[in-house]
Amino acid sequence: MFAQGPQATPSIWAPASTPAHEIYGLSLFVFLITGAIFAVVGGLLAFVIIKFHARESDAGHEPAQIYGSVQVELAWTVIPVLIVVVLFLTTARIIFAIQDAPEPKSALDVIVVGHQFWWEFRYPKLGIVTANELHVPVSTSSNPDPTYLKLLSADVDHSFWVPQLGGKTDLIPNHPNQMWIDPQATGLYLGQCAQFCGMEHAKMLIRVYVDTPRQFDVWAKNQQRPGTQDASVAAGRHIFETEACMSCHTIAGTVAKGTFGPDLTHLMSRATIAAGAAANTPQNLRAWIQDPNVIKPGALMPAMQLSDRQIDEVVAYLSSLH
Amino acid sequence: MSTIPIFVDENWRLPSRGRVGMFSLIIGESAIFTIFVVAYVYYIGRSTYGPTPQILSIPIFNTICLLSSSLTIWMAEHAIARGRIRIFGAWWALTMTLGIVFLAGTAKEWARLIGHEGLTIQTNLFGTTFYSLVGLHATHVVVGLIMLSLVMLFTLLGRVGQRHAERIQVLSLYWHFVDAVWVVVFTVVYLLGR
Amino acid sequence: MADQAFPIPGSLDATPSHGAALLEWLHSWVVTVDHKKLGILYIVYALFFLLVGGAEALAIRIQLVIPNNHFVSPELYNELFTMHGTTMVFLVGMPILFGFANYLVPLMIGARDMAFPRLNAFGFWMTAFGGLFLYFSFIGGFGLYGMGSAPDVGWFAYVPLTAQAFSPGHNTDYWALALIVSGFGTLGTAINIVATIISMRCRGMTLLRMPLFAWLMLVVSGLTLITITPLTAAQIMLLIDRYLGGHFFDTQAGGSAVVWIHFFWIFGHPEVYVLVLPAFAIANEIIPTFSRKAIFGYPAMVAASVGIAFVSVSVWAHHMFTVGMTSVSNAFFVLSTMMVGIPTGIKIFNWIATMWGGKIRFATPMLFCTAFVFQFLIAGLTGIMLSVAPLDWQLHNSYFVIAHFHYVLVGAIVFCIFAAIYYWYPKATGRVLSEKLGKWHFWLFFIGFHLTFDTMHFVGSLGMPRSIYTYEADRGWSVLNFWISMGGLIQAIAVLSFTWNLIDSYLHGKEAGNDPWDAWTLEWSTPSPPPAYNFAEDPVVRSRRPLWDLKHPQDPDWKYER
Repeated sequence: MFAQGPQATPSIWAPASTPAHEIYGLSLFVFLITGAIFAVVGGLLAFVIIKFHARESDAGHEPAQIYGSVQVELAWTVIPVLIVVVLFLTTARIIFAIQDAPEPKSALDVIVVGHQFWWEFRYPKLGIVTANELHVPVSTSSNPDPTYLKLLSADVDHSFWVPQLGGKTDLIPNHPNQMWIDPQATGLYLGQCAQFCGMEHAKMLIRVYVDTPRQFDVWAKNQQRPGTQDASVAAGRHIFETEACMSCHTIAGTVAKGTFGPDLTHLMSRATIAAGAAANTPQNLRAWIQDPNVIKPGALMPAMQLSDRQIDEVVAYLSSLH
Repeated sequence: MSTIPIFVDENWRLPSRGRVGMFSLIIGESAIFTIFVVAYVYYIGRSTYGPTPQILSIPIFNTICLLSSSLTIWMAEHAIARGRIRIFGAWWALTMTLGIVFLAGTAKEWARLIGHEGLTIQTNLFGTTFYSLVGLHATHVVVGLIMLSLVMLFTLLGRVGQRHAERIQVLSLYWHFVDAVWVVVFTVVYLLGR
Repeated sequence: MADQAFPIPGSLDATPSHGAALLEWLHSWVVTVDHKKLGILYIVYALFFLLVGGAEALAIRIQLVIPNNHFVSPELYNELFTMHGTTMVFLVGMPILFGFANYLVPLMIGARDMAFPRLNAFGFWMTAFGGLFLYFSFIGGFGLYGMGSAPDVGWFAYVPLTAQAFSPGHNTDYWALALIVSGFGTLGTAINIVATIISMRCRGMTLLRMPLFAWLMLVVSGLTLITITPLTAAQIMLLIDRYLGGHFFDTQAGGSAVVWIHFFWIFGHPEVYVLVLPAFAIANEIIPTFSRKAIFGYPAMVAASVGIAFVSVSVWAHHMFTVGMTSVSNAFFVLSTMMVGIPTGIKIFNWIATMWGGKIRFATPMLFCTAFVFQFLIAGLTGIMLSVAPLDWQLHNSYFVIAHFHYVLVGAIVFCIFAAIYYWYPKATGRVLSEKLGKWHFWLFFIGFHLTFDTMHFVGSLGMPRSIYTYEADRGWSVLNFWISMGGLIQAIAVLSFTWNLIDSYLHGKEAGNDPWDAWTLEWSTPSPPPAYNFAEDPVVRSRRPLWDLKHPQDPDWKYER
């Protein structure tokens, strides 16, 4: 739970990026203060319960009636005010440090577009469009390489939350937001949408792959290539381009230029489909194309009404898109 | 019982519940109007297409009518407080007339906006905020007029007397509120917004 | 003999049949304008919906007890959590607290009824109709997925999800219309309470001699006037968008989704103070009685309550730290939120100081109130944590937030409601609730509550967001969710035992008499239950505790009160 690298449990106690670290440090300070308040006040409450419990001998005698005390009340007003001042100033400093951090020229820019119920990732300077699985380079103290995310929405409100990398920021249509991360350990970080966005909000998962500079280069170069042209799966490609698939999906280098659904050019470079709802296997692909509602009821992709043979051919085609 | 009449407050007078109730209603209604006004002001200039507030013409006559009706209803309050029911009835009728003229003027303005300028509540953001805010106010004028006409009816039937002065004052508070809201709406829509 | 052989047709039998008497009794409840009956109607109505909302919660917890469960479909789950929240806030919280105000305020201030008895009845029936209309949505049609049309957009109904384009069914409409209708009822009741307290106090009862319960109800009602109305306004705007082609929240036409969020929380935040201040009102009456001492610092408690109401309208955007406001805006709302915590926290000190030096009797009402103080302390502290915006950037919309607000809603408010019922049930019915069952109820509920909501803080900090119908098995949340659900079951058993106590004691409970708790405010001077006219003679008071003055004529309060 307190490791520094990526882990399966997306815990806020395992920060791996500067914003998450700053928040973690601030939270320890806050817990110290609130813990102290709890100990003192809770202790007083416990004391009062034990010490002033009515005894048998008390029957018939009322205790001394004390109506108030200006000094006591003043004291217990002033102390909380001081605590608030300290907490506020500490908090404000971190707000400005995270929110107003100037973007360095070398930062990687990614545009995140929230959809019901998947994530679109665009790298404008690299000419890359992909979905659901975000690749970013690791950022070290000797070689800082933060990633700045611009957050947009194509439909309703969403929220991008990968706890180990930073706090969440909402994606609201016509209200662009920005956040940044600088992951300091390579590996796979998990998160998911954190603003109720409809039926399948629960299955709008996020995978962030933090790569070494070399790994990132390899990945980027692959993503920049157009879709693989494999003659042996031409039948599947033909179905893809003549059935309704191409009206929603893009495969770079072909006539398929739809933008309603995820870009599938390099589908096989992803570990999951349906925004993490299922592993990327031929069986799952098959089931998904036959009827997405079986895996993710309420997903906006309709059942494609293809025959078994047609689905096999399309799956074979998609399986060639590395 | 807890009657220990050693020291009894001879001057035990509390505010009238009708007045307190009406003030409370006015506070609640003010909150509703505030939200619509805030929306209107925030959205000034933000319509991405369609007619702009330039097509509005300032309803000076209408405003004079409505604001004068506050004066006439105040005269009516005075009359009934002194028991002069017929004079009360006359001022009351005048108030209602002014209110109806205001509504007629609003209807005329809306007919022009809809028919000539093509501005409806669905046309654009300006249309939505304009008709909502002005319409909400007009609705309150209608409700006020219904209450006023009930009083008019009872007056004509001879059932209203000096003993009802307090209640008339409470009802008049509502009417004054409606007028005050118009001052705000007028300023925001016809002065600020244009 | 003669009339047995030849019964005279149409003769009058003076004894009404059982059926007719029952009908007469039911009819009296329907047409009543008596504040005591309306108070009871509100409370019974709310307790019914407490069971319904609780059942919805149980269904949620069964769905989440293991990952990737199939107890309910996603459609139904989204309806369940939306309805659970909407029900608990609008059909349980508000009605029960206004019900207590209705019943107790006239009695406490020495009045015979509320200022506007017919408005009172109107308020109740509007609220009741709104609630029934809301629940009609489950059965009133097939809905888009065969699950009925109950609202499924979250109790906060964010646009654009609730715009016609993304919610084409009637789910959102039921939400908006039901709440607009019941909102008018709430507004009427709030006006009534303000007018009653200002205009109908008995002789000698200056504002600063009123029971704190009445003070807090005055503050709550005033706050309600400016809290519910923004929601009504926003819902009207939403309906204009959905049905008249309006563009208030149409982001393509220049409208803004963020404006909805602002308007909703301008309602939503003061609303939680509308819910919690009555809990303070209850504690302010019960803790002194069972500690055998006057409340410590009455003027400060009044000032703190008024202060909370004023500051509470300036903190709403702490629900919006992740929406993308500027750093300066965020910082402002951090400060205002922390500041509202000060008068709130001070009240905890006053309650402890009241208990200090007392002779505390831990009857069931006091058990619940003591637990309330403990739990409200924790709730306040997690609130401080959430007010730290960067920490909120992590915890917003996670189960940590759900844990925080249930700590307030259940741990503070529901605990006080239970305390209030145990305390005033004898007054309203003439019978005392069973202490033995009361203690079972308390301990079971306390254990279940902590098992569920303490654990929930942790699973939230481990990254589990809210409003999800299931979760991934490999995220390490499964065991925690299991125990959260178990706590829910225990709370359900506790509430069932409470329901049994309510019914059984009504039939067989010990007689209460006027003043079973040896208390000091005016309602304890009437018979139990009080007659329709409340007081045989209009009371005259000279201090904050008129019955203390009567019971201690050598040492009356008015000699010492500031």
